[in-house]
Amino acid sequence: MRTLVIADIEGGALKPATLNAVSAAGKIGAPIDVLVAAGSVQAPAQASAAIAGVDTVLTAEGPAYEHALAEPLAALIVAQAGGYTHILAPATATAKNVLPRVAALLDVAQVSDILSVEGADTFTRPIYAGNAIATVRSADPVKVVTVRTTAFEAAAASGGAAAIRPVDGAGDSGLSRFVSAQLAKSERPELTAARVVVSGGRGMGSGDNFPLVERVADALGGAVGASRAAVDAGFVPNDLQVGQTGKIVAPELYVAVGISGAIQHLAGMKDSKVIVAINKDEEAPIFQVADYGLVADLFKALPELEQALGA
Amino acid sequence: MKLLCAVKRVVDYNVKVRVKSDTSGVETANVKFSMNPFDEIAVEEAVRLKEAGKASEIVAVSIGPAACQETLRTALAMGADRAILVQTDAEVQPLAVAKILKALVEKEQPRLVLLGKQAIDDDSNQTGQMLAALLGWPQGTFASKVAPGEGTLTVTREIDGGLETLELTLPAVVTTDLRLNEPRYASLPNIMKAKKKPLDTVTPDALGVDVAPRLTTLKVVEPPSRTAGVKVPDVATLVNRLKNEAKVI
Repeated sequence: MRTLVIADIEGGALKPATLNAVSAAGKIGAPIDVLVAAGSVQAPAQASAAIAGVDTVLTAEGPAYEHALAEPLAALIVAQAGGYTHILAPATATAKNVLPRVAALLDVAQVSDILSVEGADTFTRPIYAGNAIATVRSADPVKVVTVRTTAFEAAAASGGAAAIRPVDGAGDSGLSRFVSAQLAKSERPELTAARVVVSGGRGMGSGDNFPLVERVADALGGAVGASRAAVDAGFVPNDLQVGQTGKIVAPELYVAVGISGAIQHLAGMKDSKVIVAINKDEEAPIFQVADYGLVADLFKALPELEQALGA
Repeated sequence: MKLLCAVKRVVDYNVKVRVKSDTSGVETANVKFSMNPFDEIAVEEAVRLKEAGKASEIVAVSIGPAACQETLRTALAMGADRAILVQTDAEVQPLAVAKILKALVEKEQPRLVLLGKQAIDDDSNQTGQMLAALLGWPQGTFASKVAPGEGTLTVTREIDGGLETLELTLPAVVTTDLRLNEPRYASLPNIMKAKKKPLDTVTPDALGVDVAPRLTTLKVVEPPSRTAGVKVPDVATLVNRLKNEAKVI
């Protein structure tokens, strides 16, 4: 048995989600290699080599890999797949896009979004928006798996001393071309990796009121999130969406403000360690999962909270 | 340009699913089924492309039991021209779905396949990518905007940090995200018209596809539940508790 973890690279740097995938790979118990494919591999390869528990880092460099286009990246992974019994990646937008392509090219099933490793061929994963947890066993010779990062502790980012070895890839497929990206720029921590997340919902009333949430998030050193209702209403962009169809988060502290608590939203945050709900409707379902509930008008409570935290 | 849309019949979005007490799965008897919401967005986008004169014909495909005919009639009522049901009572996993769709693509020769990014029952998020791989086509997943050009398709995708725009060489596979469009409700006249549109039935066997599952579900259980905590009277108490009891700030 041997496991290949596909590193997630963003803006030329190794994304922390990779550490959670390495940790999941560790539960399988086989030696772990990491594949780093990027426009320029030096920084992410060194970061990968330093991860505790990694044996070898394979690198593929070139413009074809700069934007993690599915077609060349899947071809590269398939070309390296020989000798591996497991191919794992964090369930980020990149891996969700690429890994099923790898699985199909290898003629094997993919196990999406695993929550635990029960054995070398057996995993648990959420279905029906997390309203049920299935235990599945793969009969395929290669297990292609995406990992729900919030379900696994991050592996130590230092202490490892893996060898780095370049590999050949076929390069550009000619099938797709990167045109542009519009990435949200923020000084705040990334939503899926933040220790604290403060999210606003439909109760915020308009996008103009979101600074109230942002200031509380800043006072806590946290990230800002939103419910699908707030995104659908156009208050904030979709990349802030927490929920089944958005991001899955599990911070130490999750503060839900003006969010009723639809199943869809709960699916994205119910594994948070401590949940606080602020809502003026005391019947709101969010209170059924909140450790601390405050029935209050958010327009009064948020400034008070900001002040209390600053004091 | 001919379009193919794949639609899945799933437990309705509004149904609160219940896990069976024997842990064999979730309760699907006497439960409302509908078209997977992401697939509805795919059909809507296909219809809009046709209305804009960018598409000539829309073929809707569903795979599953005879009841999937209802799902296909919904697609026809929204504006698809004809439908194909690949009828089977067996469990069909994403890889097998992709193989069936590949066989139909080879027969129908569409230039673009549109389908939802994931089905809300198994939440796999695999089929579109697998189909693109098997066909050797480019893929535009999690699309929030689609614009056809000359032999190409520009797709704006929802990614973790925002949006990304790609240009794909046609033919291609596109999977749809929530913000691509808002699907229409079929009007009564269109529902009546849909009953007369052609709906063919084939089997996976006839298409030469082995649908044997690769994954075995050993059990399905309820997720660990959270219990409601306490209500606090004011902000000061909340901050105090978070500091001294929960110790998270």
